[in-house]
Amino acid sequence: MKLKKVISAALVAAMAMTFMAGCGDSDNAGNGNASGSDTQAASGNENASGSGDTFRIGGIGPITGGAAVYGIAVKNGAELAVKEINEAGGINGAQIDFNFQDDEHDAEKAVNAYNTLKDWDVQAILGAVTSAPCVAVGEVSKDDNIFMLTPSGTAVECVKYENAFRVCFSDPMQGLESAKYIGEHNLATKVAAIYDSSDVYSSGIYEAFVKEAANQNFEVVAAEAFTAESKTDFSVQLQKAKDAGAELVFLPFYYSEASLVLKQAAGMNYSPIFFGCDGMDGILAVKGFDAALADNLIFLSPFTPTSDDEMIQKFVTDYEAAYGETPNQFAADAYDGIYAIKAAIEAGNVTPDLSASDVCDALKTAMTQITIDGVTAKGLTWEASGEPSKEPMVVKIANGNYAVVEDDAAAESVEDNAATENGEDAE
Amino acid sequence: MSFISYLINGVSLGSVYAIIALGYTMVYGIAKMLNFAHGDVIMIGAYVVMAAISGAGLPPGVAVLLSIVCCLILGIVIESVAYRPLLNAASSLAVLITAIGVSYLLQNVALLIFGANTISFDSVVSVPAVTLMDGALTITGEAIVTIVSCIVIMIALTLFISRTKSGQAMRAVSEDKGAAQLMGIHVNGTIALTFAIGSALAAIAGVLLCSSYPSLNPYTGAMPGIKAFVAAVFGGIGSIPGAFIGGILLGVIEIFGKAYISSQMADAIVFGVLIVILLVKPAGILGKNVQEKV
Repeated sequence: MKLKKVISAALVAAMAMTFMAGCGDSDNAGNGNASGSDTQAASGNENASGSGDTFRIGGIGPITGGAAVYGIAVKNGAELAVKEINEAGGINGAQIDFNFQDDEHDAEKAVNAYNTLKDWDVQAILGAVTSAPCVAVGEVSKDDNIFMLTPSGTAVECVKYENAFRVCFSDPMQGLESAKYIGEHNLATKVAAIYDSSDVYSSGIYEAFVKEAANQNFEVVAAEAFTAESKTDFSVQLQKAKDAGAELVFLPFYYSEASLVLKQAAGMNYSPIFFGCDGMDGILAVKGFDAALADNLIFLSPFTPTSDDEMIQKFVTDYEAAYGETPNQFAADAYDGIYAIKAAIEAGNVTPDLSASDVCDALKTAMTQITIDGVTAKGLTWEASGEPSKEPMVVKIANGNYAVVEDDAAAESVEDNAATENGEDAE
Repeated sequence: MSFISYLINGVSLGSVYAIIALGYTMVYGIAKMLNFAHGDVIMIGAYVVMAAISGAGLPPGVAVLLSIVCCLILGIVIESVAYRPLLNAASSLAVLITAIGVSYLLQNVALLIFGANTISFDSVVSVPAVTLMDGALTITGEAIVTIVSCIVIMIALTLFISRTKSGQAMRAVSEDKGAAQLMGIHVNGTIALTFAIGSALAAIAGVLLCSSYPSLNPYTGAMPGIKAFVAAVFGGIGSIPGAFIGGILLGVIEIFGKAYISSQMADAIVFGVLIVILLVKPAGILGKNVQEKV
């Protein structure tokens, strides 16, 4: 009995502590506005008096939890770039310190991760990886005037403030480019779209797609939604697309659901052209997935590991050697992100002893002046709005391999290039 | 034609809900507790089959048997470690919270062992699809097997409860735990048996669910688990035919709602119907209205 009392007392104490800790955290977040300038000044001083011989770049993303795949890829890609830069002598002679914090794909935890990085006197942030946390971090980082470059936050709001930039395409851009591609290449006259109405990424692309479709020579004959609560059964959506006579089905969502859609479509003898966005990248790596189902699947992607490009090949080989798996687009975006920060630091003549706010002011201007050749695009530039300017790459799956569709070539000629060796296939 | 195809899809989806709901309803009927970890036992069952087939190379039949045995043991262990010490606790909330805890525990253990990546589950069903009316209507082998196994399980379970000694003991425990004990019935054993059967059913449900919708990750069981719980309440929790009817109805309403009203509103429609039914019949479609004894 006594023991029980002691234990319960201990538990109560522990709980009380957690509550207080919770309050403390939210206080910080809430007062961010008011105390922002103070903290800034303080950290600025510290920086000035500190060692100041390394650039401190932070990263935020999910390395545990359901979205861990993306965060881990970003962390790995960024660390690879940092290692390369440091081995080559750093940026203007100064080494990079890279510190990656976990946000578990949770907006609140992302702000905590951001605060941790701020305490570490971060000068520029690569992140956050996923959209919702990225928006939350954007809200606080703009008050502190800390530069952030998200490798993969696609939601429009991710780069709402002028201190934020991104490497990837935004959701509306993807929808727009998809509709344009389908129209310009006459892939179909009747198109159905299935999208996840409970997800910003998916519905953002879908809305832009439908808007652009009005200007193109095809008709959207069926638009069906699903939600996160019922994303296993797509029989109804597919049946409606089939009944409407759709020759192409647009799937703006992630590959795990797409693998189900493809399987169920095959089960009902429905074989239209399937067209996806960058979330489709990685479908061939799904364990146990029958790659034959994905044959002729087309999607927009910023990165293909099988490309002949020398830079991409080097990145893929190094990444495989370091982490034992083929890099996905998240790793590639992060890799380019670090190099973009490097280029901007060089262009803006930033030195490691500057405060985060001064670094941010310099990088904001420098970002619009640089042009980098990365693994996700050649001649990548940025607008002051934070959006990248680059050509989308179109990928078609043939014989269980990803193959890049050259823009001028007809979609049919892809089969010839498909024989390239694929790392993911070897698994 | 699409009407029939929707109907078949609905019944097939409903059959999976029904098998899961049978597990919920049995445990509730006999132990008077809501086993919220039930959905996650489904996920574990599916992972065992996946590991047995692709990892150990066992034939599908053996893998399913192995999975049933594993889940059966898991069910007994969960019951004796997490629930039994609390069954006589002052508040029945304690068990409910523990069940939610067990649910998270199972999800995170699976996350640790198998990782967060979604795995495409290889169907264990070898029945070929049936094509009718010149290809206008295709019924998948998975749908046929799911519907048939659901009916078989429902009948077997009803016979077991009504005809066997252990079934009689279960009914007695369900009626009055104290009196059953006085009559010489091993109450704890009976409850353990209930959990064992419920968990074995979960394994079968897991295999069928992942064969029809071949995607497996540590959260696969969570949503079907909740839907099946709704199905059990729908049909009248504690009643075996009720769980069956509730499951099928839920599946059909969900698919028809998606097909004829709005694919975005499917879940809102399902839960809306649930509210209406509970307003009219508070104990569910086949539920008994038990007077609270004072």
